[in-house]
Amino acid sequence: MENAIELKHVTKAFGPVVANADVSLTVKWGEILALLGENGSGKTTLMNILSGIYFPDEGEIYVNGEEVSIRSPKDAFDLGIGMIHQHFKLVDVLTCMENIVLGLPGAQKLNRKKLAAEIREISERYGLEVDPGKKVYDMSVSEKQTVEILKVLYRGANILILDEPTAVLTPQEISRLFEILRKMRDDGKAIIIITHKLNEVMEISDRVTVLRRDASDRSGRVAGTVETASIDIPKLTEMIVGHSVSLAINRSDVAEKEERLKVVNLTCLGGEGNKVLSDVTFDLYSGEILGVAGVAGNGQKELCEAIAGLYPAAGGAILYKNHVNGVEVSENLVGKSPREIIKKGISMAFVPEDRLGMGLVGGLDMVENMMLKTYTDNPGMLVDRKAPAAQAEQLIDRLEIATPGIHTPVRMLSGGNVQKVLLGREIDGAPQILISAYPVRGLDINSTYTIYNLLNEQKEKGVAVLYIGEDLDVLLELCDRILVLCGGQVSGIVDGRTATKEQLGYMMVHVDKEANNNEAK
Amino acid sequence: MKQNEHVHSQPFVRMVKRTDVTRKHAVMVRVIALIAAFLTSSLLIGILGKNPIAVFGQMITGSLMTSAAFKETVRIAIPLLVTSLGVAMAFKMKFWNIGAEGQICLGAIAATYFALFYVDIIPQPFLFIVMFLAGAVFGGLWGLIPAYFKAKFGTNETLFTLMMNYVAVYIIQFLREGPWINPENTGFPQIARFDKAARLPEVFGIHIGWIIALILVGVMYFYLTRTKQGYEISVVGESEATAKYAGMNVGKIVMRTMFLSGALCGVAGMLQVTGADHTLVETVAGGVGFTAITVAWLGNLNPVAMLVVTFLFSILDKGSNSIQTVFGISNAAAEVLTGIILFFMLGCEFFLRYRLIFRRKEQHEHE
Repeated sequence: MENAIELKHVTKAFGPVVANADVSLTVKWGEILALLGENGSGKTTLMNILSGIYFPDEGEIYVNGEEVSIRSPKDAFDLGIGMIHQHFKLVDVLTCMENIVLGLPGAQKLNRKKLAAEIREISERYGLEVDPGKKVYDMSVSEKQTVEILKVLYRGANILILDEPTAVLTPQEISRLFEILRKMRDDGKAIIIITHKLNEVMEISDRVTVLRRDASDRSGRVAGTVETASIDIPKLTEMIVGHSVSLAINRSDVAEKEERLKVVNLTCLGGEGNKVLSDVTFDLYSGEILGVAGVAGNGQKELCEAIAGLYPAAGGAILYKNHVNGVEVSENLVGKSPREIIKKGISMAFVPEDRLGMGLVGGLDMVENMMLKTYTDNPGMLVDRKAPAAQAEQLIDRLEIATPGIHTPVRMLSGGNVQKVLLGREIDGAPQILISAYPVRGLDINSTYTIYNLLNEQKEKGVAVLYIGEDLDVLLELCDRILVLCGGQVSGIVDGRTATKEQLGYMMVHVDKEANNNEAK
Repeated sequence: MKQNEHVHSQPFVRMVKRTDVTRKHAVMVRVIALIAAFLTSSLLIGILGKNPIAVFGQMITGSLMTSAAFKETVRIAIPLLVTSLGVAMAFKMKFWNIGAEGQICLGAIAATYFALFYVDIIPQPFLFIVMFLAGAVFGGLWGLIPAYFKAKFGTNETLFTLMMNYVAVYIIQFLREGPWINPENTGFPQIARFDKAARLPEVFGIHIGWIIALILVGVMYFYLTRTKQGYEISVVGESEATAKYAGMNVGKIVMRTMFLSGALCGVAGMLQVTGADHTLVETVAGGVGFTAITVAWLGNLNPVAMLVVTFLFSILDKGSNSIQTVFGISNAAAEVLTGIILFFMLGCEFFLRYRLIFRRKEQHEHE
């Protein structure tokens, strides 16, 4: 049988950066290939070549045994290659059905009945559950993904590429997705799945191809291809990183804890007057990491920003508590701007989800990013660049930040180094509270563990850490307690040492009023 | 396999981003662009029946080589440079101030008011200070209005600033035909010419606006790179969310910066009326507010680079005037020539950023 896709010696460079160097890989019909690799190893570039966004500098691509040249996304479609992007490309105000036919040639008038029947037929074949007439804005993340999959299937794709499809799903939704993928594989389709989660790779894939950035010339090459059945997670990790690493996350116990933040009945409104946070109540202690679990978009962003003074609260209180020289201080942060919070002498570190869009200024260099929160400290009209420059140099040494120099715009750094700059700056402010939203999202294994260590270090110093996470395994290993958000409500707070993944998964989609009330007491 | 036929060939041409441009290479691309501009315009000049080399020679002599021509070139450069500094400041904050024309007008109106009615009351050196400040304040306020609405209600500044240009021009027209009409002038309504005491003194034969403009270049450079306010402008320009996160008051920064941007444009208007025109006319801005946008971008919003670009623009402007008078080339044709030169000079920036890769030959043989 022919291979679905065969790449031979594909090379693609961007200026001096060789994203793919001599990459060869094959995908057979009726198999699921997992594509693994750290950031910058060239996965995305490779997939963009297959979907017609980039054109390779060298090398050949064979689809179904025949040499092809993919010049545009349309060419990719014509060859039966369908890509499901991490960020959905759907039109919100249209229905599932309308999104599916959008941009396809055909009659002016839509035969909705026939179309709905066709969509149902595909859905039933693979167990995709979605109402063809439902508007996209009414859909959950998982439903939107289903529409994306249907869209490529309807266009006759036989080769599916999924870019981190599980990042935004609950454990239950993930197993449903895997069920669908298996059905498609059994139907003879070829599937490439890109993911960072190794346990998922073990669960779903038949074969694994690992890309790695060469340590010597920094080019992305194939580190190897193996049968999934013949390898385990530690060996896979070794292939990805190039040397063996310990995958255990530390969780130290801090004996002395005191209440640092008391959030009471916090309610925030969204753009349309809907409640994005509803009666959120919890305590945050010094010397602990409180995890926040939940499907993305269930109020995590608003919670972080409300505490940091960036999102208005419609009700409730956020009380900062501390002891200064033995005297108890309590300060309500609701209604205060970030500047006012700083003026109160409260040092709050905030590592937002959008690192370059909120935490840092991408176009400015490290020095200018260091002084973002402290530039007003210098008396007079002028800014002082000497102290932040020294701080930047020191940070580069301490956190091993890879950058050409302190005057390189931070946008040019890789994701892990950007995060080190941001977290490093925030920690340097000697915070009492550290809020971090998805601090390891998109980071490779080495950087991820550096970040976990930094968070633990802060916790041991007595900082109260709020950790918004998405990987439940990590939340369970890292956090002392885990708060679960569902639809802007707290569906419960559990002990990180005893809770299970299934329990969290259930709480992520279900609010038990009774349990909630008990927790509040 | 009909549908796959077209898939087999490489694209004819594709763009690849460059990251490795050396200084030597950059200079070479610009020289080639200049030569291409010269050849293309020679074609046009040839069709008009003139000698290209003589025409280009005249462009240079007519703008630089005689003392009078050089002074005129500098006179053109002064308002353009000051206005470019003004718009660059707003652009650095990603506030699209295309209302410099209006801000120039308002600055000119305010200066004219003092020139017409206070010339006998305020002694000379102070009169200029008052006119300078009045021009700055009124230009600034004209710039502040759209900034206020943007900060409070999120209105679109592009449309707002553009519309206010027309309002400003009609205010001048109103003043010329009504309150400020010169009764001694019969015929076309005009505003009186300024008294000698209200005209800017000259240094080296050019009104002292050139010294003010040079000082402002230095001040701007210092302001943008060394002060806290300059730092705030670059942060707000890059990301408003980050500015808020850092505790900055974004609305206040937007309004303050636009006031200063408008104030600089107002100063340009003041210099133009008291230094060059010696009266107030509707064409006081004369498109300078729009040319300044090009200058600001070509200079990469860097005040010193903008000084150089302004001077080149002024040479083109004066040079094309000069070939009109000497060779009798029509105004329209002279503008086409200017356009051709600008097209090549701006177009070559593309080749500094991207490389084009054409379809490889062997691929053809392969098919």
